[in-house]
Amino acid sequence: MSGDIAKARDIVKDKASLESIAAQVLQLVKGQGATAAEVALSEESGLSVNVRLGEVETIEFNKDKGIGVTVYFDQRKGTASTADFSTAALEDAVRAACSIAKFTAEDPYAGLADAERMATEIPDLDLYYPWGVSPDTAIELAKECEDAARSYDAQISNSEGASLSSHEGTRVYANSHGFSGGYSTSRHSMSCSVIVEDDNGMQRDYWYSVARDRHDLEAAAEIGKKTAIRTLQRLGGRRVDTCKVPVLFAADVAGSLVSHMISAIRGGNLYRKSSFLLDKLGEQIFPEFVHIHEQPHMKKVLGSAPYDSEGVATYARDLVRDGVLQGYVLDSYSARKLGMESTGNSGGVHNVLIEPGALDQQGLLREMGTGLLVTELLGMGVNTVTGDYSRGAAGFWVENGEIVYPVDEITIASNLSDMFMQLQAVGSDVDRRGNIKTGSLLIDAMTIAGT
Amino acid sequence: MSMPLTASIDNVQQMMLSPSGLGMQDLEQVLSTIMRHDVDYADLYFQSSRFESWTLEDGIVTDGVHSVEQGVGARAVSGEKSGFAYSDEIALPALQEAATAARAIARQGQDKQVKAWTRSQGHNLYLPTDPLGSLGDQAKIDLLELLDREARKLDPRVKQVTASLAGGYDVVLLLATDGTHAADVRPLVRLNVSVIVEQDGRREQGSSGGGCRRDYQYFIDEERGLGYAREAVRQALINLDAKEAPAGTMQVVLGSGWPGVLLHEAIGHGLEGDFNRKGTSAFSGRVGERVGSDLCTVVDDGTLEHRRGSLNIDDEGVPSENTVLIEKGVLKGYMQDKLNARLMGVASTGNGRRESYAHLPMPRMTNTYMLPGQHAPEEIIASVKNGLYAVNFGGGQVDITSGKFVFSASEAYMIENGKVTYPVKGATLIGNGPDVLQRVTMVGDDLALDAGVGTCGKEGQSVPVGVGQPTLLIDGLTVGGTSV
Repeated sequence: MSGDIAKARDIVKDKASLESIAAQVLQLVKGQGATAAEVALSEESGLSVNVRLGEVETIEFNKDKGIGVTVYFDQRKGTASTADFSTAALEDAVRAACSIAKFTAEDPYAGLADAERMATEIPDLDLYYPWGVSPDTAIELAKECEDAARSYDAQISNSEGASLSSHEGTRVYANSHGFSGGYSTSRHSMSCSVIVEDDNGMQRDYWYSVARDRHDLEAAAEIGKKTAIRTLQRLGGRRVDTCKVPVLFAADVAGSLVSHMISAIRGGNLYRKSSFLLDKLGEQIFPEFVHIHEQPHMKKVLGSAPYDSEGVATYARDLVRDGVLQGYVLDSYSARKLGMESTGNSGGVHNVLIEPGALDQQGLLREMGTGLLVTELLGMGVNTVTGDYSRGAAGFWVENGEIVYPVDEITIASNLSDMFMQLQAVGSDVDRRGNIKTGSLLIDAMTIAGT
Repeated sequence: MSMPLTASIDNVQQMMLSPSGLGMQDLEQVLSTIMRHDVDYADLYFQSSRFESWTLEDGIVTDGVHSVEQGVGARAVSGEKSGFAYSDEIALPALQEAATAARAIARQGQDKQVKAWTRSQGHNLYLPTDPLGSLGDQAKIDLLELLDREARKLDPRVKQVTASLAGGYDVVLLLATDGTHAADVRPLVRLNVSVIVEQDGRREQGSSGGGCRRDYQYFIDEERGLGYAREAVRQALINLDAKEAPAGTMQVVLGSGWPGVLLHEAIGHGLEGDFNRKGTSAFSGRVGERVGSDLCTVVDDGTLEHRRGSLNIDDEGVPSENTVLIEKGVLKGYMQDKLNARLMGVASTGNGRRESYAHLPMPRMTNTYMLPGQHAPEEIIASVKNGLYAVNFGGGQVDITSGKFVFSASEAYMIENGKVTYPVKGATLIGNGPDVLQRVTMVGDDLALDAGVGTCGKEGQSVPVGVGQPTLLIDGLTVGGTSV
């Protein structure tokens, strides 16, 4: 079995060969008379296994590659992509992009990022820890994870299984300023989901771990155990009366609130006037104790990147200091439209951290007294234009700082502008898995809709 | 890429295989390689697709994107296990490598035969046209600019218009060890308009769009494209006057058409075969039981002509069907792909779908809707003393296991004493799938399907779908507004 696999997985081209394809494409574009161009290439391979009720359910071998080319004829732009790296396919893609640029309008803001903003030194951010895990080992680990969950308590009646996935890849970006850079990354994850049942029906929950380096993954048995505990806690969930109470967002769902803020300060939403944080630069959007940083160069971390997807060097900065909005999230196009400078965020933010406070979740529950602890959010009821917020939720009813019973089939609603200003505390229980790293967030009051 | 003029298997095969010199005997041999392991079933899914989109903002078309993708996926199934590998190269060595990796799911075993090919004749629900070439590039841009002008002309409060036109042309070829030999050519077009309006410092948005398995002419005919622009402006202006939505449990009237997303989330996902085989759906083991009032008959119908969710054959080569899921409130059956159908001892219902050659198929919906009832929509509204009338929605989500679902209204009104009074801001509705249809007390005679913009996500895979329903009255659903 292992022999078959090595062959299927050993395909990732090195950075140098991807860079030479990028150079070839830039040359082709030049031949078509374009005034500027940029190329992004990636190649990735990996393995995912899923085990359910102790048996293998799926083994998937992933192997993906792609190239995207954007051409500029002065201020006219065209884009094309293909997964085929043959010369004929690359020529087709370049022709398609150039043909589109004949029809798109002159856009005074179009173009590459400014040449002087290109990253000159590319720091090694320690993002590449290939694992080369065999399907047999992956299956064993997933089994261990699921077994730990299922054997934790007899009430665990069914399982959606445990998964392990391991991927590695290389990305290269080059443009006609002469910038050409690339680096390899790896990403490994393990997750588990089980089901408990009582007279009121079934409940499901999950836990996962993700890391650049497999040694930083939580132990398989630990993931399984956490899954079991989280799922068991949901048994007996009920609705509550419609009311207005404080809400504590558990750290693993609180990141979504910060991501709504980031979405509202993205250049695209600002120049389209589609943001509830329009014109708020330099203004108080959170209470004074709130500080939010972007730290793109954290070593070995999932959200890190030495430069953005236009080659602009990324840099550490404050997004919010003393509750005041310090900067937007801009790529070069939106920056030009707003009369500003790129913030190195083409493609998104890189590691956003809200400074933790002193209290852990237990401490925050005591501070809240009576209210709702939210551990799951459902649906898409967030309006970035107005800040209106109304989402399905599940969690726990809290009285006198203690969890009393699980709650589900309710909604929580408010407006994000109000929720941000009503932030009471940030927990010390930071969830570091995602690109947004935050502790639990306590919001003064939200409307709970129930019975 | 040269495109076949008709969707015949021969044409598709010629287009897909001849560049690499692959013949049927090569493919048969690849499948035989997989069957040398203890495998029940194996298939090869070849795909070649082209996609484009054009985007307008600030009055000009600033960007166009063209992409091509092709490849082949090899799958081996043994009992409940699936092994899967794929390649973006359609060539014999890559195919053999993928086949060898996929069969690793099972141990070496008896050499089984690949059944003789049976050409499966799918439906003829749409023409095998290439929509990308159905309109000149300049005409595509002119269309988008026309919609921009129309939206701005309608009201001076319109401050921003974003519009996008997209077209896809997807060619698939399928070979399986059960003898399946099938092909499909699937056009798909979509047009969306979104506007921002502003009045006294308050900003609101509205959006509309449509699509189908035809070419771009669809948006020009009957001024459909202009209709989307008008609809987006209408919705945005209504939202300027919207007050805070109520919070609590109340009677809810759902409009016809797109609000059928309720059925998709609350009912449809829970009736997909995989969840029911595993016993992880709130609907598991309930075939034959009452799950709705006797006014409710719900179907999944992949056989509607030109619809976004329709398929001549599914992604396992099975012709799509009109499957009755719930008849007069009683659960009749689930949506199945081949793997889950076999394990549950039933036949596939033609619901095996996949995002692309690089994804494993699973049971997915096509066009899911409720059949019409007896009441005029006006009667239904008039029957409500105090409730919510929700006519447009954003997205929704469901937890299959607990049955809890949510979906968010983008246009809704209060009903007071049987009359629609004032608009309210987008509220999220939350309920429980196995419970919600039991609370349906009136069903309208105005069945409508959505305009053709739905995309369904499951386990990271997106596929185009349709939804629909007549106007419905639900007696008691939780509305998640802010006004207590």
